[in-house]
Amino acid sequence: MTAASPKGPPRPRRRLRTGGAGPLFVAPFLVLFLVLFLAPLGYAAYLSLFQNRLIGGTTFVGLENYLTALQDPLLLEGVARVAAFFVIQVPVMLLLALLFALALDSGLMRLARVVRLGIFVPYAVPSVVASLMWGYLYGADYGPFAQLSSALGLPVPRFLSDDWMLPSLANIVTWEFVGYNMILLYAALRAVPQELYEAAAMDGAGAWRIAWSVKLPALRPALLLALVFSVIGSFQLFNEPNLLQRLAPDVIDSAYTANLYAYSLAFTSQQINYAAAVSFLLGLVIVIVSYAVLLTANRRRTP
Amino acid sequence: MSLYSRRALLSMAAATSLSVALAACGASGGTGGGGDSSPPAAASKAVGQAEIDKAMSTPTELTFWTWVPDIEQEVALFEKKYPAIDVKVVNAGQGVPQYTKLRTALQAGTGAPDVVQMEYQYIPTFTITDSLLDLRPYGASALKDTFVDWTWGQVSGPKGEVWAIPQDTGPMGMLYRQDIFDEHGIDVPKTWDEFAAAARKLHAADPEVYLTNLAANEAAAWHGLLWQAGAKPYVSANKSDITIKVNDEPSKKLAAYWGGLAKEGVIGVEPDFTDSWFSALNKGKYATWITAAWGPVFLSGSAKSTAGKWRAAPLPQWDTAKPVSGNWGGSTSAVVKTTKNPIAAAQFAQFLNSDPESAKMFATKQFFFPATKALLADPDFVGDKPAFYGGQQVNQVFADISGTVGPSFQWPPFLDRVVTDWTETVGKSLSAKTDTVAALEQWQTRITTFARSQGFTVQAQ
Repeated sequence: MTAASPKGPPRPRRRLRTGGAGPLFVAPFLVLFLVLFLAPLGYAAYLSLFQNRLIGGTTFVGLENYLTALQDPLLLEGVARVAAFFVIQVPVMLLLALLFALALDSGLMRLARVVRLGIFVPYAVPSVVASLMWGYLYGADYGPFAQLSSALGLPVPRFLSDDWMLPSLANIVTWEFVGYNMILLYAALRAVPQELYEAAAMDGAGAWRIAWSVKLPALRPALLLALVFSVIGSFQLFNEPNLLQRLAPDVIDSAYTANLYAYSLAFTSQQINYAAAVSFLLGLVIVIVSYAVLLTANRRRTP
Repeated sequence: MSLYSRRALLSMAAATSLSVALAACGASGGTGGGGDSSPPAAASKAVGQAEIDKAMSTPTELTFWTWVPDIEQEVALFEKKYPAIDVKVVNAGQGVPQYTKLRTALQAGTGAPDVVQMEYQYIPTFTITDSLLDLRPYGASALKDTFVDWTWGQVSGPKGEVWAIPQDTGPMGMLYRQDIFDEHGIDVPKTWDEFAAAARKLHAADPEVYLTNLAANEAAAWHGLLWQAGAKPYVSANKSDITIKVNDEPSKKLAAYWGGLAKEGVIGVEPDFTDSWFSALNKGKYATWITAAWGPVFLSGSAKSTAGKWRAAPLPQWDTAKPVSGNWGGSTSAVVKTTKNPIAAAQFAQFLNSDPESAKMFATKQFFFPATKALLADPDFVGDKPAFYGGQQVNQVFADISGTVGPSFQWPPFLDRVVTDWTETVGKSLSAKTDTVAALEQWQTRITTFARSQGFTVQAQ
């Protein structure tokens, strides 16, 4: 660009051109962002300030829906349940993903490609199909686990009972997403410069030492990313409980997870305004938890 | 983008689409609940024959939402009689998914059908929002005597409105395994007391077998049994006043009875229509199925391995002097108030269900249990002797039961909520084997609280 024309005048004209192009390039994104993201969000926020009754119609109620929601035991229970789910399931899933990624990256494994694909395949199964499949496997009467234990004379495991439902759900979600997180971490490992390993080897580090002191620190950003996505995923848990509800309607009620509660409020109870308020509060919880995760991780890194 | 987890993307997409759906639902803004804007067609002045003739010969397209398989055959009869009218059949889902779509379309103001398949229990849920067309001005009152009395009661409003035309019904009865009864020397129970005794006897004789399964997720069956017990849980005198007593004496009697049997562990309480439940029926885990008139055909398709072993009988009774039954299932054709062609739509809803040829086709092709008096007396229909039931005239059994269904049972104007609350209180107490009578009180509290929050004036016990 610097080798432009010998005369002065054309330059401002060119600048004028590029000045107009910028917003034009951004426009398609901005329009879609406004129409598909901000507008519905804004409208939902607007809706959450009203109350629509079967008798009496719609009235403006300000923040009343939010106040009700904050004291709604069903919502609080649902949030607490997904929080418990997050605390149990996510560490297990990420630890498994990490182990698989390190094992694959170590280069000591036979059939690494086949194993990698095998672990990844469940991710390609739609979560609806996965839930239906596991729902069948969990079946207390005719599921294979039940058949096996009764053939062996053992008590039949009640995977879909009140006590076991959360671990059963955690198992489905783990099965679905270990492969994905493994690929995420594995990709990050492949990006570690070979020189670092060579330098570590020169310093006399063994395989374990390299894994601990070189690979793990290199994985930190990828792990953090996986963690934040898991926060969102856990708190928005919907598909799996929604499908298992049909098999265990007495265990999974309409407020089992916070997201399920918002859905049933909107589409079963017709309380669209209240559902909008609940959705916003849930979004707020997710934002807070995600930031908490990021902040703690960053604080640890600085000193 | 490939770095983002699919779960996060999915949840983002879900959040966005939920907001969009919410936006669509709320689009009607101020008039949503009130629904005061009535189109001119809703005037209760009768429409003259000349007007009807004109409408029926004007080229018109009607949209009909229904989940009934192969209903095109019946629709073809109508189109043959009225060649100017073209009916577009759309399957918008069965039951609740369809109602959800219908509500969304109604609130968005576009996309609603002209005629819609609607179960009896949902009619008040849609009349409270003024979404259905009163069919009286279009000659529907003349059909009153064509249909079984209690079905007409189900489609009528408190001021005599006709909200829909009955299509099929589900008077409740009992299907039982003759072979299991014979093996354990059990007589067909005539009363609920005999039924309870048989439940204990059978389970004691064979711990793998239960007399029946009362599904803890099936609020509809519970309501049918409430109906039989003579309960009047919901009574709407007018639009804004409602009496709710799901904890009255008949309800408590029912709750103590079934809750007791569930606690004793002599009946099953697993969810119905699941794989496990189908397997259980096939493998003889349950010796009876408390079901409705659509049950016999359904069962013969889903428990093929038990062919010839089943028989049908009326429900056991609380009082054998006055045999009564309730209804579970069946549906109607209703005309959506926003239709631009109310005359053609109303004529279609009436023809489809009252024309003898069309009504008979429902009974013979879709195996619907009829709502018309004529078919319930038709020797072709009641004389059928299916081999699955050992040649018993099953239709005759249920036709007789239909005559004993109580005529004045009413449904609440917010059925979905009532059903959800039932599952989470009474249903849960059945499967958890806790106090079902106490669960009735929770159910009552939850519904009345909801009704008050929706602006109803609630009378409770």
